[in-house]
Formats: sequence, structure tokens, C-alpha cells
Amino acid sequence: MPKADPRGVLSGVHFLDGDQACCEGALAAGCRVAFGYPITPSTAVVERISRRLPLVGGVFVQMEDEIASSIAIQGAAWGGKKVMTVSSGPGISLMMEHVGFAAMTETPCVFVNVQRGGPSTGLPTLPAQADMMQARWGSHGDYEIIALCPNSPQECFDLTILAFNLAERYRVPVMFMMDEAVGHMTEKVVIPDAKEIDVEQRRLPEGPKEDYLPYRAGENMVPPMAPLGEGYRFHVTGLTHDEKGYPAMDAGAQAELVRRLVDKILLQADDICRVEEHQVEDAEVIIVAYGITSRVVLRTLQMARDKGLKVGVFRPVVVWPFPVKRLRQLARLGQTRAFVVPELNLGQISLEVERIAAGDARTVSVPHAGGALHDPPEILRVIEEVLG
Amino acid sequence: MSDHVNPIERFLRMDRMPHIWCPGCGIGVVVNCFVRAIEKSGIDRDRMAVVSGIGCTGRIAGYIKMDSFHTTHGRPIPFATGLKVARPDLSVVVLSGEGDLISIGGNHFIHGARRNSDIKVFCVNNFTYAMTGGQVGPTAPMHSIATTAPYGSYDKPFNLPFLADSSGAVYVARWTTYHVRQLARSMTEALAKPGFCFVEIVAPCPTIYSRRNRLGDGLDAMRYYKKASKVVNGANTRMVGLELKGPIIVGKFVDRDRPTLLEAMNNEFIPKLGKKYTPYPTGVNR
Amino acid sequence: MSTTQNAPRAADRRILAVADPTRKAERKFRGEVYINRERCKGCGFCVEFCPTHVLELDQGFNHKGYHPPIIADADACSGCDLCGLYCPDFAIYGVKVKIDAGENEELGHAQG
Repeated sequence: MPKADPRGVLSGVHFLDGDQACCEGALAAGCRVAFGYPITPSTAVVERISRRLPLVGGVFVQMEDEIASSIAIQGAAWGGKKVMTVSSGPGISLMMEHVGFAAMTETPCVFVNVQRGGPSTGLPTLPAQADMMQARWGSHGDYEIIALCPNSPQECFDLTILAFNLAERYRVPVMFMMDEAVGHMTEKVVIPDAKEIDVEQRRLPEGPKEDYLPYRAGENMVPPMAPLGEGYRFHVTGLTHDEKGYPAMDAGAQAELVRRLVDKILLQADDICRVEEHQVEDAEVIIVAYGITSRVVLRTLQMARDKGLKVGVFRPVVVWPFPVKRLRQLARLGQTRAFVVPELNLGQISLEVERIAAGDARTVSVPHAGGALHDPPEILRVIEEVLG
Repeated sequence: MSDHVNPIERFLRMDRMPHIWCPGCGIGVVVNCFVRAIEKSGIDRDRMAVVSGIGCTGRIAGYIKMDSFHTTHGRPIPFATGLKVARPDLSVVVLSGEGDLISIGGNHFIHGARRNSDIKVFCVNNFTYAMTGGQVGPTAPMHSIATTAPYGSYDKPFNLPFLADSSGAVYVARWTTYHVRQLARSMTEALAKPGFCFVEIVAPCPTIYSRRNRLGDGLDAMRYYKKASKVVNGANTRMVGLELKGPIIVGKFVDRDRPTLLEAMNNEFIPKLGKKYTPYPTGVNR
Repeated sequence: MSTTQNAPRAADRRILAVADPTRKAERKFRGEVYINRERCKGCGFCVEFCPTHVLELDQGFNHKGYHPPIIADADACSGCDLCGLYCPDFAIYGVKVKIDAGENEELGHAQG
């Protein structure tokens, strides 16, 4: 696999917040074109991008709004670039049509959501995790995306690179689901040498140009993506289309295309999903947590084990596609009695857990309207109640 | 018939013909003029990208045999800006309708012009949202009838050349589909000129706009364009607004120069950053 | 409208002098027009805007029920291809053909 371009890699040991680390991750991944619009608490990402990109041969343009940003990146993606935009709550809502356009046209791009309290203007400067279902279902129609949840500035660097790589590999919009806590927390971030960073490039077509079919799936159910300006003369449309990319207004074409867009992700979830587990082997209660909450629950885990309670933590790092297989396995383990799901929302991923557990274990949500983090003892109380 | 082939066919996706446009619709005429302009400009069509929005005019992208993008409603301009930033070496043309570019796309239109994004915007103005059945649009003349203005439109319409001019477009022209040679020439000039170049093309919509407003068919519209048009090159764009059955001022109104988005970026960064900054390619040879 | 609009202006008098019928023999080019009847949707632009009135609408129909153009005066065609520029259905075009004592060299409006 190709290595990162050293020009974009700020190798060394740094003290950065999540927003800044995300910017560096994008540069290390090879992002050289970005468009954005300010919105708290994501603005620091594009502020840093606007300083850094010109120095590494890139361009950042602040567009007139989030709608423009979310489609300008796709123009640049079709121009061959690795691209990213950044926003939060209200801006992400504006971008949703274009997330759908990216999914439909199979345009590789990264959307960073530094989640804040919602709905509407909500709590601009405080954390929440209430956009998780929106990340998955926010645009209209059937489609799948990939969503990652970092829980530290270091991960904001590392997982941004993964986000870009997955976007290129699967030709899909990737939602990078940070939150205000992770975005504004400052920690040590180690950026390795460029030669230690793998970057993935989209697959180009082979063979004669006249034979190229822009939307015929190749390996991985993903079509090779033709470069612009080289005589492929391809057509891209958001309308339901056939393998030539031509509009095809019938149920047959719809079934074929939409099925493939969904299967492309769901049937290859094994390659995409990444999880972290702590002490689940003998756990009677498994805490399912992601993003900033996954750090809070490590304290709860410690407190529980100190009391002799058999508790574990299951952390999806990639939240969409959800790690269905592994969670189902855990649900069916003899000793698993319940999943406890704390999240900074009133119950979103807990719905997914409940659906997957399918009664093999109880699912108990620990909701939080957002604006602050859970208290570790608060979650422990719920666990103790469950254990009786 | 001999084995003679219409020279335009090499520019069309013949496997998608016949197209969906109505008898007497002006959009096919616009395609002819655009192809003529590409030929005259000397630009290799494989070094050009066409971006459109949603609507009858937006379907041009699907019929023309080039790298082409049929994007979301109102958004071809920012898509084209992104594409041009990524590939400044290519020519980027936006072909879309007035509802798409000026109503839902209005914000992007004025900012694209303000930034002098180096894209060519050819806007077909048929005064209606034709594809969806004839709703009122941002250029529908006062008192015209539409499905969402059944008693007559009471909104003052935009004067597109004035809007483009005041937003900073460096090239602004208006022609009708009657003025085929002038239109092809304006498009050729726009293709050669760096910066945000805007051409409004007044075109018939016989099935919907003309019929609902009792203006006849496509040929009647074309005869009206011929009779009512007055060529006033360099006209004050404030004065070229359109009224139902009124005169149509056509011509090249604005042709000026200023740095494009990428040139302006370089101009700003080179003195401030010196050796730390490698000038970004702009695609412009001045 | 001006009351003198019908009086020949200086420019018109010049044009009249040039369009001398005896000069027709010196024409270097003539035109040929190609019509794809089945593509035509009968809009009438070509008939209306042909500068030398080469075309008229057929009384008959094509398979879609439209009246395509037919050639009324082939000699009048100069190959200017205005019909081609106007046709929204890509159903007609004209080419210039060089008249060269027996050889007819065709020149389209586009090279290559």
C-alpha cells in the first residue's frame, strides 16, 4: 500500500486538541482540497486547515454555506482529490442531501461532525452524541455510510486517516463522528513518520476507455473510478442509473443499484468494523459505549470490578456499519445478562443494541440529554440495579 | 439518404436519443450553439467538464458525450468550483436552468460571481420550472400564469444580467435561441475568458410556459424573439429587465477583467508566505 | 417606428449593387441539406429561419405524426447550416460543397 506524502505529515510529539489533530490526520491521509463553513465546535478544524493547506500545496476555500461546502468537496473528489468538509448539528443537517448524493454517485469524501447539543441551535459549545442515527439515516432513501467515533485527540489523528482510506476503498461518504468534548480536549498526539502511514487510493479502471462502464462493480462491489479529463467521457447523475451511469427510471434498475450500494457496505462489514473490548470474556453486564462516553465507562468498569462485579466494555470504533456479528455473539454468551448503553442522547445506539440482542440479553439505555458527560458512578448504579 | 452523419452526433450520446425535450423547446438549440462554441474555441472536449443541476436544461449533461455531472438542484456552481479547484487545467462549464441557478441556487450564483470562480455559466431562461410542470420561477414576468401562481405572478422577477453584473461576473451576455450565431460566439468568448462568465439564454418552453400564457408555440416564441429583440452591446444591465410581451435587450453587456479565485489566492499568499508557498496552478494564461 | 423605414438606406444600396444576378455564375460554393425525417418534431424553426427559403413543411407525416421539412428549392441552399444550428432535434444540417468544374469538395462547418 502506498505511504503518506511526507509533505503533509507533521511527524513528532504534539499537544493538540481533537479538532487540530483531525486536521493533521486529513493532511497525513493526503487531503489537499477542503471546503467548509464555520460552526462551533468544529470551526477550529477548518481554521487550522486554512493555515496548513496552503503550505502543503493544497487549497481551502470557505464557501458561502454548508450546502455549498458539501457539494464543492464532491466536485473536487471527481477532480481526483481526497476531500473533507467539517461541520456540526445545524450544518450537518444542511449537508444531508449531499451525503445522499455522495452515496448515490459513489463519491469518496469525508464529513466531520463535531457533535454538539441539539436539536436546532441547541448547545453550540457543549458535547452530545445525538446525531448518531442521523449519520446513518439522515438523507432520504436507502443507502449505507461508514461512521467512525474517535475518543481522543490521538484517535482524531489516526482514525481520520482510516476515514479517508475507507472512503477511497468503498467509494462512500464517511461520517467522522467526533463530539465537542473530544474536539476541544487537548492531549498528547504522536504523529509518526510518513513512511509508517498507509494511505489508500481509489481504484482506477483498466482496459480500453470505450469499454469502461462507470458503475459496473469491480472487486469489493465497488466500481473503478475514472479520472477526469482523460477521455473517458463518463456521466455521473444522482438519478437512479445503470452501469453506464445513464439515468434508468425503472424498478429493476433501482433494485439493482440500491441493493449494491447497501450490500457494498453491509456485506463487507467484517473488513470495515473495528471494535475495542475490555474484559467481556466473563462479563455479566457489558457496557456498550462509543466516542467520549467510551472513556467515561472505563472508570465505571474499574469501579465495578473493584466491587467484584463482572462487567465488561464493548466499544464500537466504527459505529456504522454496526458490529452486528460480534455483538450478537456477545449477546448469546451464557453469562451475558444485559447490555448497558450510556450515550449522550436519549437512546439511539441502544436501539441498535436492543435490536441485535433480540432478547438474548436485556438492553438498558442510560440516556443523557447532552451538554455534559455521564458520571461514572451514575452508570455503575444502573449496572448494580440490573445485576439485582 | 447517403451515409452522411450529422456532425453534431459525435458530441452526443446517440445511445440515449431521442432526448426528452418537447417539440419547439429551445434547449436543443442551446446544445447546438454550445457544440459550435467548443469547436470554435479549439478546446479539446476531453479537457472540459460539463456540470448541470436539475430541470429540463439540466438534462443536457446526460446527452452530451463528455465528462459530465448531473448534480443536485441548485448546486452545479459550487460543484463546478470544487472541480475547477481540483483540476484548474480543465475547462469547466455549468449548463442549467434559471430556476436551478437563480432560485435555489441563487446564493451560490452570487458568491460564484463574487469570487470570480473560473467557470462558464450558461443559464437557459424559459421563465418557468418546466420539468415539474410549470411552477412560477424567479424570472417569471409579472402577471404570467403558472401552476403555483394561477392568478398571475405578483413577484418582481430578477433581471439576470444585472444580478450577474452586480455580483461581479467578468462577462455578462444575454441572447435568445433566435440569435444562434451570436450565442455561439458569446459562448466561445466565455470559454476563452478567465473568470466567472455568464450567458443568459432566453428560450421557448412551448408545452408549458407559452401555452399557459397564450403565447403560441415554439415558433411563435422564436418569431417574438426576432421581433422584440434589440441588440445593445454594452447596455447598462440595470435597464435590461424583461416584461411579458415586452422588448428583449440582448447583447454582450459586460466584459472586464479581474483575477480569478485561484489567481487572487496566489496574489494574496505569495507576498505573505514567500518561499513557504508554492503558487497553486490557476489554469489561466494571461 | 420611423416613417422612413422603407426608404433604402446607404448600406442597403450597397448590398443591392453587389447582389447582381449576373454574378451568380461565379459562385464558388453551393449547399446540400440533409434531413432526418424520423427525428424531426415539426417545430418549424428550419423552415422559418432558412435565409434563402430552401425548405417547406411536408404535407405528409413522419411516423411520429409530425410534418418534417422537405426541400422546396435545392439551388437556393448555400450550406450555411443555420438549419442545423436551429434544429432542437438534431434532425437537419447543411454542408457547403465546393463547386470546382466537375469536382465537388465538401466542407462542413467543422473540421474533423
